[in-house]
Amino acid sequence: MNKYFREITVAAALGLLLLSLAVFAPHFFQFQPFTSRLTSQMPVLVAAIGIALVIMSRQIDISIGSQFSMCAIIAGVTAASGLPLGVSIAAAIGAGALMGALNGVLVAYLGLPSIVVTLATMVTWQEALRLWQQGRLLNLPDGIQWFGLSQPAGQTVVISLAFLLLVGAAFAMKHLSAGRFIYATGSDAEAARLAGIDPKRTTFGVFVLMGALAGLAAVLNLVQSPQVQPNCGDGLELKTIAAAVVGGVAISGGRGTLWGVLLGILLLANVNPALTHFHQPPYWEKAIQGLVILLAVFADGLRSRKAQT
Amino acid sequence: MPDNASPIGLKPILKLTEIRKSFGAVRALKGVSFELLPGEVHALLGENGAGKSTLIKVITGAHQPDGGRLEVAGIEVSHLTPSKARELGIACIYQQPALFPDLSVAENIALRLKKTGVLSRVRWPQQRAHAVELLGQIGAEISPDAEVRSLSMPEQQLVEIACALGSGAKIVIMDEPTASLTQKEQHLLFKVVRDLRASGVGVVYISHRLEEIFALADRVTVLRDGESVGTNAVDTLTESQMIKLMVGREVASIYPPCEGAPGEVVLSLKNLGCAAGAVKGVTLDVRAGEIVGMAGLVGAGRTELARILFGITPADAGEIFLNGEKVMISSPREAIARGIAYVPEDRRRHGVILEIPIAHNMTMAIHPKFFRGSILRFDAESELAANFIRDLGIKAYGPEAPGGSLSGGNQQKVSVARWLATKPKLLILDEPTQGVDVGAKSEIHKIIRSLAKDGLAVLMISSDLPEVLGMSDRIAVMRGGEMTGLIAKEHADAHTVMAAALGTNGKEVA
Repeated sequence: MNKYFREITVAAALGLLLLSLAVFAPHFFQFQPFTSRLTSQMPVLVAAIGIALVIMSRQIDISIGSQFSMCAIIAGVTAASGLPLGVSIAAAIGAGALMGALNGVLVAYLGLPSIVVTLATMVTWQEALRLWQQGRLLNLPDGIQWFGLSQPAGQTVVISLAFLLLVGAAFAMKHLSAGRFIYATGSDAEAARLAGIDPKRTTFGVFVLMGALAGLAAVLNLVQSPQVQPNCGDGLELKTIAAAVVGGVAISGGRGTLWGVLLGILLLANVNPALTHFHQPPYWEKAIQGLVILLAVFADGLRSRKAQT
Repeated sequence: MPDNASPIGLKPILKLTEIRKSFGAVRALKGVSFELLPGEVHALLGENGAGKSTLIKVITGAHQPDGGRLEVAGIEVSHLTPSKARELGIACIYQQPALFPDLSVAENIALRLKKTGVLSRVRWPQQRAHAVELLGQIGAEISPDAEVRSLSMPEQQLVEIACALGSGAKIVIMDEPTASLTQKEQHLLFKVVRDLRASGVGVVYISHRLEEIFALADRVTVLRDGESVGTNAVDTLTESQMIKLMVGREVASIYPPCEGAPGEVVLSLKNLGCAAGAVKGVTLDVRAGEIVGMAGLVGAGRTELARILFGITPADAGEIFLNGEKVMISSPREAIARGIAYVPEDRRRHGVILEIPIAHNMTMAIHPKFFRGSILRFDAESELAANFIRDLGIKAYGPEAPGGSLSGGNQQKVSVARWLATKPKLLILDEPTQGVDVGAKSEIHKIIRSLAKDGLAVLMISSDLPEVLGMSDRIAVMRGGEMTGLIAKEHADAHTVMAAALGTNGKEVA
């Protein structure tokens, strides 16, 4: 079977969806709403790159949504206090990296299971935010939305940043030793260790990167509206993990590409607008997304069963 | 003299006739016949890989034989499953206790005793009392409420024995039960075995320790290369006759000849030991261009020694010298940096990563050296892989083929290539031809010999006696974590090596 079979299948499904929209609901492609929808998915893309790396190294991070919210509020608070935008951005990314480092130390160096560790940190950050902000909306000063640019220019910046990051990360996974270390650690940590790779350091690094990317994602989300909510990251873990799985990242680690993750995000994100344009009730969105995820997991199951016989 | 030693008048409780079993191309059992009488302790003897474990698994229903007859108490049984075997009164104590670590001793014993309905009530006080009784019967001082996780290996073994006792089995199989027991517990075990025999239970007893077989067994069946070479009453055999039956064959001269004299000492060990690895006082030199074979039974400490040298479980006693320089090796990274390469035994678990292309597998240990600045150069990587594919004769459709698409022998070559890529001075091979077919085996032998000829010092662990005898320039034999013999090629034969491995008269010959 072709190595990129999954990516090709998901791309075909996405192509089919877009093609039928082009034929039956050409409004879908009107420039302005289309760009807005795309821009709104970019924070998800950035966060999903992080989660994909975590899953490829055979770990999981469900605290991604809390990290995202925390970074968004930190960026918002620093901006509201009059500090320049650059400082807010650095603060968000730095805070994310620190939260990731905490997860990383607990998982990689203390050997605790990542699902439990990140469940605990998820709740911790969530509650900390609630105590700090009491659920208030935070109004952002002028000059934050769209980086102080016009909306089209701001959207262009957001989209280009996310895609630059995707291209860079995909290159790194294929062309840098670091990427090879992640795949090797996720496939077989003991074999990797015996080959002189340090699986602990690899795992730690991946978690730090995950946190930093959650911070960047929060910034890319922040600049799209005049306010920020302390629960803006809720549900992000589901969106990103689903996109990674649909895009062919094996939940058992060691396999998958970031291009597959991009395709997964686009496919899942287009279900809702497609329903609207086909004049169907939007209640179907979650059901259809669930079905797509099931199909993906089913395909993985078939594949591993085939590999065993 | 097969089967002439069975007493007359007793019907066998277990009878195997012409049992055959293959795993892929490997024929593990080529028609083995075996019978067990009630009230008999029947020892099963053979080298590693002779087919003992497979035979046990056929008896316990864990493996389905490909052919042959299996009778329990005179009735033929086809399609034996583990649960059916239990119903028929067959109990097995494996080398590695198969208990539930999170449950208490009493719970473990209760679970193994009786099958109950899914909804039937468990009467814990009674179960617990029963467990106490069973443990008392074998004289084990273990609390029934202790969590099994907290027990030592020998204690777990005793719990296993209690389970077998309590199940009221008519056929009890013990697979090297004394391997991890202390002297005191061994006596408990021997008493249990004798009690079982007295009550009419048939015991299949597997052990490498000949003295135990002489002390306990009534008859002994020797397996060699998947065939039974004879059943004899124990008191008609001498120790040396038993060893001869086990090794039996001539070493075929299919091994590549040794060429040239060995060079300087590359690795020198002085009284090396490691408490965690249960290795003590190993002193050994390995020279450039020399193949030193490491013989011994499974569990003799050979893999543990390799793991010490590779820094996986660092040494805590003695000294290691590499090229005359005293070194400490505390991690695989350090070992690699010092020019040590280790091709591990379990290539599926620790060697080739199956999902990843073989080219990536080959460069895995040399990223820091090969990819300076850590940008991967695919052309250089493919070239390196293509060279190894050609030089080692790896059968794959190309450097891009995933590890899992190759046969066992070719995976092993990829594993070797990964370590050759590090340009090592010392190559440690752990069971280099295990599970490899005959053709690939002799190719791997040629590769190993030519590597030695190019000046590599090779330490080859192998449980395959002909391989050790055929390949090695010198043979180091280990037993119970210690070196019990260092035998020069001229003096080495199956008998001297086996004797040192079994510890019957492990004198230094060289």
